Amino acid sequence: MISRRDTILGYVILSIAALISLGPLIGVAILALGQPGRVGVKLDVTKATNFGNFAEVWEKGDFGPAIRTSLIITVIVVVVSVALSIPAGYAFAQMNFPGRTAIFALLVLGILMPLESMIVPLYLDMRRFNLDNEYWSVILPQIGFSVAFGAFWMRAFFVQSARSLMEAAWIDGANSWRTLTKVLLPLARPQMLTLAVLFFVWNWNDFLLPLVMLSGSDLQTAPMALVTFEGARRTDFAYLGAASLITIAPVVIVFILLQRSFTRGILAGSIKE
Amino acid sequence: MSLTSLPVTAGGRRTPSPRRRVPGEPRSVAYLYILPAVLIYAAFVFFPFIHSIYLSFFEGNGITRMEFVGIDNYVDIVRNPILRSAFVHALELIVFYSFLPIAIGLLLASVLHRSRIRGVAFYRTALFLPYVIAPTAIAVIWRWILAPRGPLNSFLEAIGLGALAQPWLGDFTWALPSVGMVGTWIMFGLVLALLLAGVQKIPTELYEAARLDGAGPWMEFRAVTLPGLRYEIVVALVLTVTAALRNFDIIYVMTSGGPGNATVVPSYLVYQQAFKVSQIGAAAAMGTALIVVIIAANLLISRAGRSD
Repeated sequence: MISRRDTILGYVILSIAALISLGPLIGVAILALGQPGRVGVKLDVTKATNFGNFAEVWEKGDFGPAIRTSLIITVIVVVVSVALSIPAGYAFAQMNFPGRTAIFALLVLGILMPLESMIVPLYLDMRRFNLDNEYWSVILPQIGFSVAFGAFWMRAFFVQSARSLMEAAWIDGANSWRTLTKVLLPLARPQMLTLAVLFFVWNWNDFLLPLVMLSGSDLQTAPMALVTFEGARRTDFAYLGAASLITIAPVVIVFILLQRSFTRGILAGSIKE
Repeated sequence: MSLTSLPVTAGGRRTPSPRRRVPGEPRSVAYLYILPAVLIYAAFVFFPFIHSIYLSFFEGNGITRMEFVGIDNYVDIVRNPILRSAFVHALELIVFYSFLPIAIGLLLASVLHRSRIRGVAFYRTALFLPYVIAPTAIAVIWRWILAPRGPLNSFLEAIGLGALAQPWLGDFTWALPSVGMVGTWIMFGLVLALLLAGVQKIPTELYEAARLDGAGPWMEFRAVTLPGLRYEIVVALVLTVTAALRNFDIIYVMTSGGPGNATVVPSYLVYQQAFKVSQIGAAAAMGTALIVVIIAANLLISRAGRSD
């Protein structure tokens, strides 16, 4: 019952929608590859061959160190958060212990909590322990927020993992840790990958926390470097375009390579009823 | 932090199957599994949150002694027109971040339910991209597009609508809707992909049955598409409303709350009060009020999703 007309209409609508999504990004790429100019740059695809803006911005905006800082922070946060989310999700799904429901509810509340609601005491405490302006002042809170979602996400997987598999492992004399690492984790790879992609994207893009915590130091993340650069050259749009693209490049690469994992994470709500 | 992107729903999760403990292990082993995650969460998310509520009843700069002022900071949020306007702006942004993308998404999804599209992966990647890239970068890009001599105004002039050209972000009337439209751009692809995934699961028999009953396109939408997408709409509402209420990065980069106070929002005021004018208590109260609004909005959405 699917007519050709409907299908063509579908492609037309989706293509227009995709073009609206990509348009500003394509525009900014053409801008960044064009001649550096101050205001009111005219876009010209045929002249978009100038990689000099990127080199210029990389130097002047200190993007090298900023990307490095962002990578260090984000990779640590992703690895640690995934590693902590797994056992937590496993215990909440498959073990029975006093306080399980209450602790889980408090943890999941963290998914809704905006950083804005605790940034003030977080900063005061970090300063008191002289942790502000250090990597840890960004890494530790990011892990805290990430495991709230991570435990929730991994629990949803472990709740569904086959009871018979686990019982077979126990009969073979495996304890709960061996059951987790040898039997269940190999099956959980897709879920772990999704979690890692989501953590990477969220924490790379995070701006307020590093802005507050690292403002007194030379350390800056990629989004901070972008905003600093933007503050210094408000109308140098070709440079600003190049700086934006440098900032988003790692996330765009990860996203395109692993888009299945990411979409699964975001669409999970709708797939899993 | 951008944990706005969560497919959270309060209800509807399956309860776990009855569990047993592993033979030969004490039940307390479970605490070892959750301890690392719970400790870090407690230390860097939960207790700071409680501490923030405590601070919201004080006045001071956080260095010298704080003075207890009861609920004065909260009274200020209601009385002070600038603080109050931040919440009004946040609600206005919901129209752009949430209602507009969902309306567009529903319209397109109901048109598209009959087509079987190949290459969905490509379209999804494109539609999701604005949601994935850093909001700071989005803000920089859109500040260019909306600049007085930027592409939007050039485009309007080129098609003979030069009279509509504006200094969008510098105009008291247009600044907030302009920021809002950026939110619409970020969210519409995500919402569309979500609703499309949902509409593909509605059994075609339902549409055929509706047609046999003589339902027109509007009735078909009311009776089949809308109920079939209830769950997806709830997820979309949760994601977009939370993002609209939290919006910090885009305001910080695009307008800094200006012109005047035309685009101040709660999260921007938290930052400004705490780190620019050192009013720790007022900032904490603003943050607490914001979380109350976010939780209330989410409860409202999940309740509406269950009842109708």
